Amino acid sequence: MEVTFQFDWAAAFRSIPHLLPGIPWTLLISFGGLAIGFIIGIVFGLMRISPSRLIRWPAVVYVEVFRGTPILVQVLFIFYGLPQLLGSPINALTAGIAAIAVNSGAYISEVVRGGVQSIERGQREASLSLGLSRTQAFRYVIWPQAFRRMIPPLGNQGIISIKDTSLFSVIGVGELVRQGQIYIATTFTALEVYFMVALMYLAITWSLSLLLRQLEKRGLVGQ
Amino acid sequence: MTQNENATAPIVRMEQVNKHFGSLHVLKDIDLEVAPGEVVVIIGASGSGKSTLIRCINGLEEFQEGHIEVDGNELTPHGKSGQALQKIRTEVGMVFQQFNLFPHLSVLDNVILAPMKVRGWSRADAMETAERLLARVGISDQAAKHPNQLSGGQQQRVALARALAMEPRLMLFDEPTSALDPEMIGEVLDAMRELAREGMTMIIVTHEMGFAREVADRVIYIHQGEIAEQAPPEQIFDRPCDERTRSFLARVLKH
Repeated sequence: MEVTFQFDWAAAFRSIPHLLPGIPWTLLISFGGLAIGFIIGIVFGLMRISPSRLIRWPAVVYVEVFRGTPILVQVLFIFYGLPQLLGSPINALTAGIAAIAVNSGAYISEVVRGGVQSIERGQREASLSLGLSRTQAFRYVIWPQAFRRMIPPLGNQGIISIKDTSLFSVIGVGELVRQGQIYIATTFTALEVYFMVALMYLAITWSLSLLLRQLEKRGLVGQ
Repeated sequence: MTQNENATAPIVRMEQVNKHFGSLHVLKDIDLEVAPGEVVVIIGASGSGKSTLIRCINGLEEFQEGHIEVDGNELTPHGKSGQALQKIRTEVGMVFQQFNLFPHLSVLDNVILAPMKVRGWSRADAMETAERLLARVGISDQAAKHPNQLSGGQQQRVALARALAMEPRLMLFDEPTSALDPEMIGEVLDAMRELAREGMTMIIVTHEMGFAREVADRVIYIHQGEIAEQAPPEQIFDRPCDERTRSFLARVLKH
C-alpha cells in the first residue's frame, strides 16, 4: 500500500524560528509561577504541620481546593472570572503565572510537609537536648535534611508545571503551543509543527531532569 | 534563681512525678534525688518507664503531676516550663540509643553546632573544644567525615563528644549501647567509664549489668513505672530486698 502522507522534515525545520519566541514565555510562566509556588508551598506546608488547628485548617482547605480542581479551570477563572470581581482586566501572562503559582503551591505544600515529617523524631530531640530552640532545631537540623529529600519530588512538580503551561494557549498567552497554533493556521502543517513543539518541551524538561540529577548527586553526599 | 547552697544539694530532684499516656500510668509517684558527681544507673524491663523517667528530666517527655528541679530550675507539669526548660537543656546533656547524629553535618560540625548557636561561642573556640573532646573519645582523625562513614561505636562516641561540648552539669544516657554491635559496646562503655571517673554526674539507663555494677554509685530498679528498689550495686545485685528485683535479675543475669 502507498503511503499517502509523508512527514515533511523541511516544513518541520522551517517552523523552528516561528516556535522559538514561545520558549521564553513558557519558561517565564513556568519558573515565575514555580518560584511563587515554592514560597506558597513552604508557608502552607509548614502551616499543615502546626500543632494549632487554627493554623492548620486554612492550609488544608487551600491544598484540597487547588489540588482538587483542574488547572485549566483555575486559569480560566483567574483570566475571565476574576476581572469581573475586580472590575479590571488581568493580562494573560499574569494569569498564567498566578495559575501555576497557586496550583504548584498546593502540590509543593504536600512535598514540604512530607519532607519535614520524614525526618526522624530523634533529630529534633537531639537538637532540643543540646539546648537549641525549636526554631534553631528547624533551621539548622530539620530543614536542611528535609530539603534534600524534597529535591526529587520538587523536580517532578517542576516538570509537571512546565507542561501545564501548554494549557494557557487558551487564554492567548504566546507560549509554545500558542506559537505553534498561529503558525499552523497559515501553513496547515499540524503534524510537523506539533512534533517540533513536543520536542521543545522535551528539551526543556529533559534539561531540568539533568540539572536535578546533578543537584541530587551533590546534595546526597554525606546523607 | 536558686543556686546550690552547698556541694551536697541534689542536682536533680523529682518529687511525686506522675505521667500518664492515655490510660497507661507510665510513671508512678517517682521520688528521686541525684547528688552532684553521683552515677545512677536505672535498670528494669523494657516498657517499665526507665527511658521515660530520664526523658522527663530534660523535658523531652511531659508529665502531669509532681515537680522536677534540675540545678535550681523547676519543670512544671504539662510542659509549661518555658525559660526554665531551655536553661535545663543547656545544662543537661543526653546520649540516645540511636545516636541521633546530624547526618548532613560533618563530625566536627555536629559537635560545634550547639556551642556556637546556644552558647554563642566563636567558631575558633568551639573548634578548640570539639577537637579536644573528639581526641578524648578517640575520633580526632575522623572530624571531617560524615556520621554515616563511621561505625556505630564511633558514632556514639561522637554523640558523647557533642553532648559534652556544651559543658553539661549532668549527663543522661538512654540505653547508649543497645543499638550497637557487641564488639563496639566496649569502646562506648570505656568512654563513659572515664567520664564517671572525672566526676561527671550521670544518670544511665542500660541493660549492661556488669557495667552498672562497676560504675554505679547507686542502682535503681524500676518496675511498671515505680521505683521498686534503689541501693548500691553490690546490694542490688547480690542481696536484692525486693522480690520483683530478684526475679528481674534472675531473668537478665541467667545468660
